[in-house]
Amino acid sequence: MLEYWRSTVGKKQIVALTGAILVGYLILHMLGNLNSAFGPGADEARVDWYASWLRDFGEPLLPHAFVLWLVRVVLLGALIVHITGIAQLVKRYREARPANFPAKRIGRSIESIAMLGTGALLLAFIVFHVLQFTTFTIQITPVHEHTVYANLYWAFQKWYFLAIYLAALILVGMHLRHGVWSIFQTLGLDSPSRNSMLRHGATALVVVLVVGFASVPILFFTDVLDPPLTHAALIALPGAFS
Amino acid sequence: MNFTLEIWRQFDGSDESDEGRFETFKVEGIDPEASFLEMLDQLNERLSNEKKRNIAFDSDCREGICGACSLVIDGTPHGPQQVTSCQTYMRDFVDGQTIKVEPYRANTFPVIRDLAVDRGALDRVIQAGGYISTTTGPQPEPNSMPVSPEVQEQAMDAAICIGCGACVAACPNGAAMLFTGAKVTHLNVLPQGQPERESRVIGMVEQMDAEGFGGCTNYGECSRVCPQEITIDVIGMLNREYRKAKVKKKPKPARAMTTQ
Repeated sequence: MLEYWRSTVGKKQIVALTGAILVGYLILHMLGNLNSAFGPGADEARVDWYASWLRDFGEPLLPHAFVLWLVRVVLLGALIVHITGIAQLVKRYREARPANFPAKRIGRSIESIAMLGTGALLLAFIVFHVLQFTTFTIQITPVHEHTVYANLYWAFQKWYFLAIYLAALILVGMHLRHGVWSIFQTLGLDSPSRNSMLRHGATALVVVLVVGFASVPILFFTDVLDPPLTHAALIALPGAFS
Repeated sequence: MNFTLEIWRQFDGSDESDEGRFETFKVEGIDPEASFLEMLDQLNERLSNEKKRNIAFDSDCREGICGACSLVIDGTPHGPQQVTSCQTYMRDFVDGQTIKVEPYRANTFPVIRDLAVDRGALDRVIQAGGYISTTTGPQPEPNSMPVSPEVQEQAMDAAICIGCGACVAACPNGAAMLFTGAKVTHLNVLPQGQPERESRVIGMVEQMDAEGFGGCTNYGECSRVCPQEITIDVIGMLNREYRKAKVKKKPKPARAMTTQ
């Protein structure tokens, strides 16, 4: 494995593999998010139920929130390997070309050129996103444990949060339009007969992901989704409506 | 046709640490049907008559099959037409145009002089695995080693690589993946290449690393300048062969040769 990591080709394949793990998680994340579209519900919002289901997953066979933490550890590991690998590779790539003579752009796509930039911005977004909805550190709008629907509702009443999340989705779209196809090419899972399908498949996946992710904040912002059940929000933080 | 040429000059012999610069030349009365190299020949003849140092550039067959010519014309390896430099004709340019002529830009290809670079790194990648072991003696019965037309096409599409190195020059990462991919594909799909199938790809990849080539980020620029129109499918093949060779078992890899 270490030998694989040392080789340029092998390291890029590990970067591709960890990228695949992260994309796989994004698909599940997007599907999970769609639970909010069911609204506040009569008794409990479906997304709140889904959040507790995620924590109870595997019980009593597995400890409480075990799967959740397993996923978190795997994701963090994948992210670290993904970033370390590409950082080392980029250093190598830069050393292979004289610094004053960048290669002319002949036909390479904007997405492929912007991979480093979109990746770095996405990292910043992920930190922000976790601080807001996982650790509840950013309390600009009220966010609390167990009240996912209310957290989302109040956050996406603010235009600037909507803007941040939609901008992040553009970054995701750009990063994955090159990245998803690239995974197959880098791991050697391509073939001449399959390549156009892979290219278009990557674009289709990006469209599905972006539309799926974007729908929830937009539905909240446009008030298509009703406000959360008031007792949950009001008891948690009386000043929530100010 | 008249042109203004901005030509890269480096190493005039007096100073080995010369970092190079562009020098401007004006050429007049060029036949539109002259090739780019013939235009440079005319310029060199004039420089000779004026007792000035000629512009050094590589060329050999001048019919697009040897891979010796290696100019970067207006930033594009081999110029605008996706053919070799020698097959680029002056009719492809606008009369009075300023044309920038540079050597291949890659740290693995040190400049020898002016527009000529040392592409020995590609030769050492070949030495690390781009060969087959052959048995001598009477010719084998052809039907004992069948090659289907599809496999033969795939091998020939890759074997057509002339090793000019334009892919390295076009790559923003200075990678030799298209070149190495073509060599690996060519030999690894044919029955004759099977004995060294795994040691070949591992040895060549290790040699690429030892030479200091970059790696692939799937920009595809290499394929867009390749005069033989080799596609990046060969890079997918290289990735696949490397993964299979490494994951399956551990053959003894050919040792990476020392670089210059």
